[in-house]
Amino acid sequence: MSETNYLELRKITKVYPNGVIANEDVNMVLQRGEIHALMGENGAGKTTLMKILFGIEQPTSGEIYLEGQKIEIHNPLDAISKKIGMVHQHFMMDENLTVTENVILGMEPTKGLSLDTKKAREMTMEIAKKYNFKITPDKRVMDLSVGQKQKVEILKALIRGAQLLILDEPTAVLTPQETEELFEQLKILRDEGHTIIFISHKLNEVKHICSRATVLRGGKSVGSHDLKDISLAELSKLMVGRDVVREIEKQKAKPGDAVLEVKNLKVLNDELVQVVNDVSFKLRKGEILGIVGVEGNGQRQLIDCVTGLESEYQGEILIDGKVCAHSNGVKQRRDAGLNHIPEDRLTYGVIANATLLENLISNTYDKKENNKGIFMDDKKNSDRVTDLISRFQIKTDSKHTLVRMLSGGNMQKVVAAREMSTDMSILVADQPTRGIDVGTESFIHDRLVEMRDKGVAVLLVSADINEVMELSDSLIVFYEGEITAYFPDASKVTEEELGLYMLGLKKMKDEEIAEVAK
Amino acid sequence: MNQFFATFLSAGFWYGVIRCATPILFGALAALMSRRCGVTNMAIEGIMMFGALVAVIGSALSQNVWIGLLCSIVIAVVISLGLTMFKIRMQADEIMSAIAINLFATGGTVFVLYMITGEKSNSSKLANPVLPRIDIPILKDIPFIGEVFSGQNILVYVAIAAVFVIYYLLFKTPLGLRIRSVGGNPNAAESVGVSVQKMQYIAMGISGVLSGLAGAFMSLAYMNMFTAGMTAGRGYIALAASNLGGAHPIGALLASLLFGLFDFLSNSMQQMGIAPELIQMTPYLATVILYSIYSYMKMTEKRRKNKKLAKGKAA
Repeated sequence: MSETNYLELRKITKVYPNGVIANEDVNMVLQRGEIHALMGENGAGKTTLMKILFGIEQPTSGEIYLEGQKIEIHNPLDAISKKIGMVHQHFMMDENLTVTENVILGMEPTKGLSLDTKKAREMTMEIAKKYNFKITPDKRVMDLSVGQKQKVEILKALIRGAQLLILDEPTAVLTPQETEELFEQLKILRDEGHTIIFISHKLNEVKHICSRATVLRGGKSVGSHDLKDISLAELSKLMVGRDVVREIEKQKAKPGDAVLEVKNLKVLNDELVQVVNDVSFKLRKGEILGIVGVEGNGQRQLIDCVTGLESEYQGEILIDGKVCAHSNGVKQRRDAGLNHIPEDRLTYGVIANATLLENLISNTYDKKENNKGIFMDDKKNSDRVTDLISRFQIKTDSKHTLVRMLSGGNMQKVVAAREMSTDMSILVADQPTRGIDVGTESFIHDRLVEMRDKGVAVLLVSADINEVMELSDSLIVFYEGEITAYFPDASKVTEEELGLYMLGLKKMKDEEIAEVAK
Repeated sequence: MNQFFATFLSAGFWYGVIRCATPILFGALAALMSRRCGVTNMAIEGIMMFGALVAVIGSALSQNVWIGLLCSIVIAVVISLGLTMFKIRMQADEIMSAIAINLFATGGTVFVLYMITGEKSNSSKLANPVLPRIDIPILKDIPFIGEVFSGQNILVYVAIAAVFVIYYLLFKTPLGLRIRSVGGNPNAAESVGVSVQKMQYIAMGISGVLSGLAGAFMSLAYMNMFTAGMTAGRGYIALAASNLGGAHPIGALLASLLFGLFDFLSNSMQQMGIAPELIQMTPYLATVILYSIYSYMKMTEKRRKNKKLAKGKAA
């Protein structure tokens, strides 16, 4: 084997005890000092493969070679000692601890019996300075933005001497500007001789930052390619096995009357800081209104109030001109015709330990037409669910499968199927495609446009700026709890311009913003 | 009423409060150690009970009170580690295991007591030495303060020292940082090679030592023998004290003093002709009421602040 191969995965197979084959004969070769993309749809086995490399999972068969030596990685500690570091999709940090404490955890400098806090801070600053990371060593992690948290995660790996960095979908939670910053930092790391595995299913990013890509499909590797030699279209074809049309096809919106009205909304977050500051807007029938903004600028709280999850707010929310109740608001809003695809599918979207059928009927089981006296109409419910499963192409063995057994993308389809299948006038779609594969994503996009054409008012929130820009008919930008921009025609806005408003560098005049409430 | 206030102002009263607060403080420190490593330790009550019994037996058989104290600590550590093992190795529910331990303690201690003494209510047949009281030079000569703080049982001073030892351990040492990280986010700890299980065993071992001290205090200091059911819910009160104190050693100290105050109040008010049963329920009733008020204030903080905000904007 040649000297240039830094790491080689040979015929890695992973079969879980429940019989699910996550990886099958996967091969992957890494050269030192490259940024290598690992691509694939959700459930393609990217994360499992990387967990094997980081020692969290053990392969059923297959071999790993590091610099020509066959190695075995039994646990993360093994991986760290072999200079492999991983930045997980869900950050592995104790939010109550400070940046320094998180970085030096497990390798604490001591003075006698005590922790040497001064030395610990110096160590953290030193490594941050070396790679040009701007961090605040004494801040608690819970007070940091997502982008900053990610930097801390990368530092955690670097301070442990990681030469190979695995980044699991690092850009999923970042703004365009933060993504740019991350890319700059990754380039610095690459030039210092670090090797990076960049997991992503965003084609543009991969093309931008990586030199080669390995594509997984259905647990198998379908080849490694030099990105100079392959077009985006070919790459996406490899990933999904079919052509994905990125452009969303839609007619021009024909907005009708306003159905949802938010008047002078003010909300406090859990730390009692005011995060929504006097926000007013109207949402009209047959239009998709997109909300953009960096995470943590009050969109979360706004959506919680609109959907009734948060009951403590000032101001009014009206559906069809009727004021919504504060307490027990979710049910009342749903009855008034508001459906909601929540951001966090595992917390608010599905009941993981209930079956597919139970999940799919959870918003209709109490309707009179679905009951026979005091019993549920099993036949009717079952027929309906069978229909939904086929219509939304949910991959499952049966409708009695527990939802937690499904992949992330299929779980999201369950939520979408349930929320898009009843009569409604408003649909709040909060990150409707976060962390799901391209196929499911375009499927959900099509459904959203379809609903709009039927006259449903759609309120769309997404961290994926391309998604909001392509889907929305009009846009509002949130910054520090206020609407800082309103674009009646979303097709006329550029990403760069949006970025300026999102970061608070620009703000529209009050009259322009007030248009959205008219 | 005058008598009531006179009671409050007497040194003897505060001396008693501290004495009553001590087992709760040990228990609260034990509870916060386990909570910091991510274990809800409901078994402190049962562990204290076993500790109290074993302390008396050890002390009586060896005629050495220190051996009795050591026996109590050993049994408490063993049970604490057992609970941890049930949770970690056998994946048992920690609350269920703890309830089993507590119920086992209720019957088991009486059974062992009967086997040894032939009595079911107390260990008065066993002649056991008890822990000494200590006069602190200089301090004891200061009026009032000397009467309150000097001449307490040796374990009272150990408890106060333990507050600072636990504080130092949790917040100033690498071990403490690791234990806190395990309780905060076990995945994070694991991902940097900190063994979650090892930290939990260590923290639960320390928790066991503190529970053992609490048990020994009950039978070798608070009273001079073991009586059936003598911990009387102090293990649960300790959990409440740990929560009320925000799982912080200093907070636990203050909360324990508060509960100790109610506990002693029920003892002393008994002499004023108030029904003992009524008084005995005060600490528990106070726990429920105090904890409810505390939780309610926390819950409604947002609503109140929201209202204020609305008014402020209108003005």
